[in-house]
Amino acid sequence: MERIPILRMGSLLLVTIQVDMHDQLAMTLQDDLTTAIAKYDSRGVLIDISSLEIVDSFIGRMLANIAAMSRVLDAHTVLVGMQPAVAITLVELGMSLPGVRTALNVESGMELLHSLDDRQGAEDGDAAEV
Amino acid sequence: MSKLAEILKRHQTDIQADWIKEMSSVNRRKDLITDGEVKQQTAELLESLVEASKSGNVTDMHSSQYAPVRDFLSSISTSRAKQGFTPSETASFVFSLKAPISTRLRKEVKDADELFKELVISNQLIDNLGLYTTEMFIKTREQVILRQQEEMLELSTPVVKLWEGVLALPVIGTLDSARTQVVMESLLKTVVETNSKIAIIDITGVPTVDTLVAQHLLKTITAARLMGAECIISGIRPQIAQTIVHLGINLNDIVTKSKLSDAFALALQKTGKKVVKAERSQTRAASQAGGNDDPRKAS
Amino acid sequence: MTGRGLKTAMPRKSETLPIWSASDIVAARQTVRQWAIDMKFTLVDQTKIVTAASELARNTLQHGGGGTMQIETDENGPYVGLRLTFVDKGPGIPDIQAAMKDGYTTGGGMGLGLSGSKRLMSHFEIETKVGEGTRVVVTRWK
Repeated sequence: MERIPILRMGSLLLVTIQVDMHDQLAMTLQDDLTTAIAKYDSRGVLIDISSLEIVDSFIGRMLANIAAMSRVLDAHTVLVGMQPAVAITLVELGMSLPGVRTALNVESGMELLHSLDDRQGAEDGDAAEV
Repeated sequence: MSKLAEILKRHQTDIQADWIKEMSSVNRRKDLITDGEVKQQTAELLESLVEASKSGNVTDMHSSQYAPVRDFLSSISTSRAKQGFTPSETASFVFSLKAPISTRLRKEVKDADELFKELVISNQLIDNLGLYTTEMFIKTREQVILRQQEEMLELSTPVVKLWEGVLALPVIGTLDSARTQVVMESLLKTVVETNSKIAIIDITGVPTVDTLVAQHLLKTITAARLMGAECIISGIRPQIAQTIVHLGINLNDIVTKSKLSDAFALALQKTGKKVVKAERSQTRAASQAGGNDDPRKAS
Repeated sequence: MTGRGLKTAMPRKSETLPIWSASDIVAARQTVRQWAIDMKFTLVDQTKIVTAASELARNTLQHGGGGTMQIETDENGPYVGLRLTFVDKGPGIPDIQAAMKDGYTTGGGMGLGLSGSKRLMSHFEIETKVGEGTRVVVTRWK
């Protein structure tokens, strides 16, 4: 079955979405990611969507779900590389993904994840705040 | 059946000669078009008219037989609109064909009733062709205006880089939906290109902020956040602050500063930088003596 | 006469695609994207049109039980547009006002399908009859 690969880098998981996903593929990714977070006890998830040409409400919901689920599993999710046209369209569509952290590119995303991880012990109220 | 088609075909050259004469007596823009061009264009239109009317159809210019005539007329009006002809100058190219054809019909058709009928038909045909020409002319003009509007929109939204990782967008004038889209696009594109984490939107030059403008601003800020960049709004004048509160617009989640300089200072702070005063040798000596060497923050 | 005169400048084209499976939604997105590129829409407009097509195609599949999407060009004076028509023979929508609101959902989604695609396009039209089906026509002008 077709799958989007998940890379493990120490305590982080990396996903690069490059294909125009059909709905089932998006659901599979959601399952695979949550399973991987629990299995490897990951602290952070970085999802690179810089190659994605559209994010509709289905994919948007999947991304929001992944962020929410990873929080429950004590990991942070950062979404990186959303294209301007995609961002403008998502806002117009009515989805602002309020619970999802974002960064401009993989590099800033990694920085953000590391900084979040350092603070983890100190900030327990983080999930409730977002 | 109408005799028009037959007469057009038989007297094509004479009609063309009369037509050119007629045109030069009305208004020929010798500065914009040469005799050779006029000759070629009249010949081409008559030729396509003769061809189209062969079928016997001299009334419906929207039929398929008249497609070459329409194509030719639209190319003529397009080029004239761009060259700077007025609409009436462009239409008179077609309308000045009326007299030569009428004259020819009067010579050829002896019966008064029949002549009247032929005149009505030919006038109608030429009127329709003339109207079509004008329509095409206006369409070209509209396209020119649209293009100019787009060019103006692009010119009106410069995104400037203030520092590594810090952009500024000084908005001047009213923000409507079309303009906001352009502003939004160029800001977000530059954010990606320059890898800037912070964008300052300065609205000192925006005369009024209503609910719609505020909504547009909020959308831009939300889109920037989705991409991983943060926006700061600066240049909110006291009247605008009052309007925003009176309208009940919620800017609580947005970072606002009254001056661009304050926004810039905040942006530098957020990117881990600060501006320090360059110390001259005297002040350094003095401050060292006083034991105070704190770099001072400039605003 | 006016309309017919202008239409000759750009002949109408049309293409109809089936929407019967999740992979048809992907195909619909790709076909609409190609049309939008051919018509020289800006990247943002392309993205809006494709996103709206994706939302409406999913509605056709999930709520209408499948149907078709027709893509056409349209012209109005100097403006050219891309028109999409989604037709299904599904159960129809009983309360159209409610269905047009943000967050209204019967399919477990975000409830942004109809209201969201209306915001993404310039023109939005919906006809629905309970028990007979739904037809959504959207146009984006350049």
